[in-house]
Amino acid sequence: MTANEIYEKLKSQFGESILEFTDEAPSDPFIVVQSNKFFDICLFLRDDETLAFDYLVNLSSVDYGEKLAAVYHFYSLTFKHRIVLKVFVPRDNPKIPSVETIWRTADWHEREAYDMMGIIFEGHHNLIRILNPYDWEGYPLRKDYQTPEEYHGMKVPY
Amino acid sequence: MEYNFIHSLIDNTILAIILITLLPLGFVVIYALIAILGELKIASFVQERLGPMRTGWKGTMQPVAEVVKLLQKEDITPDAADKPLFNLAPFLMFAGAFAGFAVIPFSPFFIPANIELGLFYLFAIGSLAVIGLVMGGWASNNKYSLLGAMRSVAQIISYEVPAAMAILTVAMMANSLNLNEISANQSGWFWNWYIFGGPGPIWKIFFIPFTIGIALIYLVSSLAETNRTPFDIPEGESEIVAGYHTEYSGMKFAMFFFAEYANMFIVASIISYLFFGGWNSPFGDFLNYWWMQPIWFILKSFFFVFVAIWLRWTLPRLRVDQLMYMSWKVLLPMSFLCFLVLGIYMMLI
Amino acid sequence: MGEKRKIEIDYSQLDSERMRLNVGPQHPSTHGVLRLEVELDGEIVTDVVPHIGYLHRCFEKHAENMEYPQVVPYIDRMDYISSMNNEWPYIMGIEKLMGIKVPEKVEYLRVIVAELNRIANHQIAIATFGLDAGAFTPLLWLFRDREYILAILEKLSGGRLLYNYFRVGGMANDIYPTFKEEVLDVVKQIRKTMPEILDLLINNKIFIDRTANVGILPADVAINYGCTGPMLRGSGVNYDLRRTEPYSIYDRFDFEVQVGKGEMGTVGDCWDRNIVRYREVLESCKIIEQAVQQMPTEGDIKEAIPKKVRAPKGEIYCKAENPKGELGFYIVSDGKNNPYRIKARATSFNNLSVLPEISKGYMFADLIMILGSIDIVLGEVDR
Repeated sequence: MTANEIYEKLKSQFGESILEFTDEAPSDPFIVVQSNKFFDICLFLRDDETLAFDYLVNLSSVDYGEKLAAVYHFYSLTFKHRIVLKVFVPRDNPKIPSVETIWRTADWHEREAYDMMGIIFEGHHNLIRILNPYDWEGYPLRKDYQTPEEYHGMKVPY
Repeated sequence: MEYNFIHSLIDNTILAIILITLLPLGFVVIYALIAILGELKIASFVQERLGPMRTGWKGTMQPVAEVVKLLQKEDITPDAADKPLFNLAPFLMFAGAFAGFAVIPFSPFFIPANIELGLFYLFAIGSLAVIGLVMGGWASNNKYSLLGAMRSVAQIISYEVPAAMAILTVAMMANSLNLNEISANQSGWFWNWYIFGGPGPIWKIFFIPFTIGIALIYLVSSLAETNRTPFDIPEGESEIVAGYHTEYSGMKFAMFFFAEYANMFIVASIISYLFFGGWNSPFGDFLNYWWMQPIWFILKSFFFVFVAIWLRWTLPRLRVDQLMYMSWKVLLPMSFLCFLVLGIYMMLI
Repeated sequence: MGEKRKIEIDYSQLDSERMRLNVGPQHPSTHGVLRLEVELDGEIVTDVVPHIGYLHRCFEKHAENMEYPQVVPYIDRMDYISSMNNEWPYIMGIEKLMGIKVPEKVEYLRVIVAELNRIANHQIAIATFGLDAGAFTPLLWLFRDREYILAILEKLSGGRLLYNYFRVGGMANDIYPTFKEEVLDVVKQIRKTMPEILDLLINNKIFIDRTANVGILPADVAINYGCTGPMLRGSGVNYDLRRTEPYSIYDRFDFEVQVGKGEMGTVGDCWDRNIVRYREVLESCKIIEQAVQQMPTEGDIKEAIPKKVRAPKGEIYCKAENPKGELGFYIVSDGKNNPYRIKARATSFNNLSVLPEISKGYMFADLIMILGSIDIVLGEVDR
């Protein structure tokens, strides 16, 4: 199925949660989705027989200025089609439902998105930092991140 | 006899006794140096590299360099370790290994102590090494060492049983526990060796598979006794860093090292005089002079030390439960079978 | 020195049943700085919690301050054992965004160096796996074979381990005159010496006892956890990016995708993953031979390199088959000189996350073998 067909199928199922569909070459086509019914959308993506997205390839977090975004890349091993989903969240309240019970890949990827960008995934069983030390302050990949002066007595900017 | 010989040279009893104890110690030290060099060089030949080449002529002074390095290292004792046990453990292990040298016959003339129960004594004193090992692992106050010590206890105790069965078989065939007599029984050409059935009639050929089997069982069990690969899980380098000697450094580590090599030599010498004729030359009376006999014995023992080193660098390591399985379910029934058959053979002649 | 401290042990908190063992950041077998908190019940593992982040250099933040070609050395250092394969998806992504078509010679050269690096990587994977089992010799033999490959790559790019060789639209240096003969020689040498490892290590009874039926990874668990590469193929799933979605010129070569069949145990155990890696080495030899024969000798390596690398506004996810799995780069560009956001979807990151799942119930020695069979490189896990 092409990206357009997947978009039509999702739109017919979930209506107003699917916001827009962008397809400009050479970029990948992506679908922007609201975050309130995100868990159900993902469950549908995995369990539907014609979609069968059983493989979450990548979960990134991007800082777009006024909003943060979590970008999900899916792939289906049975039908060999791909789709990209984007969820935008406001900067001061970045909450997205966690999909780690659907794809176990999301476990560590969501921890990394929380660690680096500060997006909080609700429903994750263990949302703590993964790459930075456990008591680090700040979210490094945000555009307005200031490196702290010192960490436990060690000078940070070298 | 050696004591009488030395006592006739020096009239002082106590001095003679001290000299007698120092002779095997000197031999152990020289042997350990050769064994360290041998291990490094054999390892490098197996692994297609050159090995130590810079110290001395083509690396021959490497053992001296290693000993000097170990001697000048700082002796670190962990704070929470059990001090008396921690300090005693390596020396206990070395003592267990070294005490076995008292009964090894280098030739009918060179035996420090010619006791009637030589084989039995040797086997019993070898178990002293286990105590040293467990003490070292426990006293280090380190989970890795504890794991290593636990594993080694299980391993050594399980492998003592097939080893004992093998020794029992040979004792039965030789009708004696005295090591000197066992070696003397195998005089003559090499077909008189116990691995080929011992001195006996020509139809002993049918029993040769069983004697070879019992020799192999002893070889494998003895490798497990000395903690060499494929049975080196107590030291399992890749898993628990260094097992029971993780926390040791300097001279104490050198003691563990020496104890392992001394144990290897004792085991190799047991194989050579139980199964391969001891100090007898394989060609009957040819080259059987009194000064040639120790050389034959040492050559045979060194060959088995070489086999042990060779196996270490070829085979991967067994897991603990596979080790136990092999000992109790494979080696032990096989050794019972061989014992039974060879007992029948002894009754027939 | 200080005064002597008395160690106080709180005996009321000791749990006499489970032991918590720390396979610390420094350990001969953790393939880097990885900390595993293992809960043991005697010798049986009941829980494993990996702690990563000891090698985190946050190159994704650095990349936002550098121009596109300057990011390439950082990407080298992710999976430092197979650097050529690391650079390729990143360069491919930028070329797709900018719409650059790469000349034929460059494509063939990329395939050759990528497959050479794949062989080098698998050699280390098998060697360190044997080392975890206690066999010291295959390590030395495989490193000797690896030296031939590294000599060629050094003549090409100047570096033995980290190359910085790929450029947007081409490569850094052209091939040297005796390149084709030397590559064919090396391939012949590897075909001759790799079967020795079969006898010494892989078909050794002790090794089979250690690895068969250990760390069984069912196919659906592997897909759910996002495992790729030999981990997924060892569980019987026939998914290789060079076959399912051929990128570059992989559709011109004739090779087979190796899949684990459970010959010595069950499908998806450590032995299967290992034999998949071993056989992929021989498949790579085939690809290299075909590529060297088909490669055009004339042509400029650098003819398609643009003067200024500036990707237009857009975003793309570009992927390639790394020796360890699927390596992907999600590049967001806003039309300026520097990338807006680069996210590296690292293979070992996903492969390592499956470790707690497949090691429960096995013995502690098996945990080390399972970790060795996953074949992680901490540079990729932590980025």
